[in-house]
Amino acid sequence: MGAPAPAPVRVDRDRCVGSGMCALTAPAVFDQDDEEGRVLLLTPHPAPDRYPAARLAAGLCPASAITLRPRQTTD
Amino acid sequence: MQNEATPHRTRPAATPATEPVAELPTRRAPGCPFDPPAGLAPLRERSPLTRMTYPDGHVGWLATGHAAVRAVLGDPRFSSRYELMHHPLPGAPEGPLDPAPVGDMTGMDAPEHTRYRRLLAGRFTVRRMRQLGARVREIVAEHLDALERRGPGTDLVDAYAKPIPALVICELLGVPYADRERFQGHAHTLMSAEETPENRYAAMVGLERYMGELVTAQRAEPTDDLLGDLARDSDLSDEELVGIGAFLLAAGLDTTANMIAHGTFALLSHPAQADALRTDPDLAPQAVEELLRHLSVAATGVRSAREDVELEGHLIRAGETVTLTLDAANRDPLRFPDPDVLDLRRKATGHLAFGHGIHQCLGQQLARVELTIALPALFTRFPDLRLAVPADEIPLRTDMNIYGVHRLPVTWNEA
Repeated sequence: MGAPAPAPVRVDRDRCVGSGMCALTAPAVFDQDDEEGRVLLLTPHPAPDRYPAARLAAGLCPASAITLRPRQTTD
Repeated sequence: MQNEATPHRTRPAATPATEPVAELPTRRAPGCPFDPPAGLAPLRERSPLTRMTYPDGHVGWLATGHAAVRAVLGDPRFSSRYELMHHPLPGAPEGPLDPAPVGDMTGMDAPEHTRYRRLLAGRFTVRRMRQLGARVREIVAEHLDALERRGPGTDLVDAYAKPIPALVICELLGVPYADRERFQGHAHTLMSAEETPENRYAAMVGLERYMGELVTAQRAEPTDDLLGDLARDSDLSDEELVGIGAFLLAAGLDTTANMIAHGTFALLSHPAQADALRTDPDLAPQAVEELLRHLSVAATGVRSAREDVELEGHLIRAGETVTLTLDAANRDPLRFPDPDVLDLRRKATGHLAFGHGIHQCLGQQLARVELTIALPALFTRFPDLRLAVPADEIPLRTDMNIYGVHRLPVTWNEA
């Protein structure tokens, strides 16, 4: 109904360098593990009011380890 | 063959095939201690990525625009290995530099870099650094008292800006602060842009000798801190531990200290901004980002292309060096409106003061905690803080790798 659901948040822990920019910018969506400081995704579907921060965090990530892209469709 | 330059919407197309810039601009305009070297803005306006002749004769590149600098930093096709680089400033030996010493992560690429980064990044997370906040507040309070005891006219660099981050990094690493006479001088020499290679080498040897003794002690009886944990739990060799310890100590001593001192100088020169910080405690995190952007004390990065890369309508060839002026990028009007205005209320996120890409500052969350506590506390404790000498008498660190001030004599009305 109406606008399509926002794209899920995805993280690539192989790319992550543990800068902490995501946990700083969108703490409701991202955390860091204590061992290597790498990203932990708390939820791929943030509440609508958390979504802008998650998008900002994706843009700030120095290693491009966060994406918010709609699922690829073939049709 | 003609290059298919992508037309730029907001900036005129890059000037084709002009003479390379003859040297990296380093001179700041008189009376503008907070601004990047004066020659950078006109270059950025003309072309955010331009050819530059290096002191050893290499014809490489200079990136001054935010988008270009960010793109190079975030692109693994550009290497950080020193031995692939030509040095942008005079005085370096001819040809490529020496490889990074063991433990110096800034001179490595993946996967060597990845191994070190993962060993260390967990120690500098947002959560851990915030947990340090209580201890940072204690250290800041002690140094505010010390500043008051020393009285008006005191040098803020010596009494406040340097000791606070030094104590914090020493405690975090497990380096006795009481030993500082044994490492501070060496670290200072290593961060100087004008030292002879002989002096730099001697300083490196001196710092490594000190670290070597510390690592031997940590191996025998590991303490509960970063070096102790690495000595006990990691598969690092003694040589690697010494190198990592020296690298982290030098980085921790000379970066935040300069942001505290130069940030104070900037706020004293912009009283309305200092008032805003004093009256609105919630402004601190945002104010710190803006000071980081505006001052960009770690101003210059260097990378070398490992393969041909097309960027901003130019072809950067494999083997060519690109110098990145983070300070000019952080003043790019295409990224930050009115970029030369210090405005603590602006959204400065996306600045490149900590770099970008896999080498983005490991200690940035520590720096944020220290600055967010130390700067507002100073202005709250001394509401009438001001310079004790005219602003043009403040000695600037134009001779150091990290910019800022050598001394900052301050005064206030005693109660």
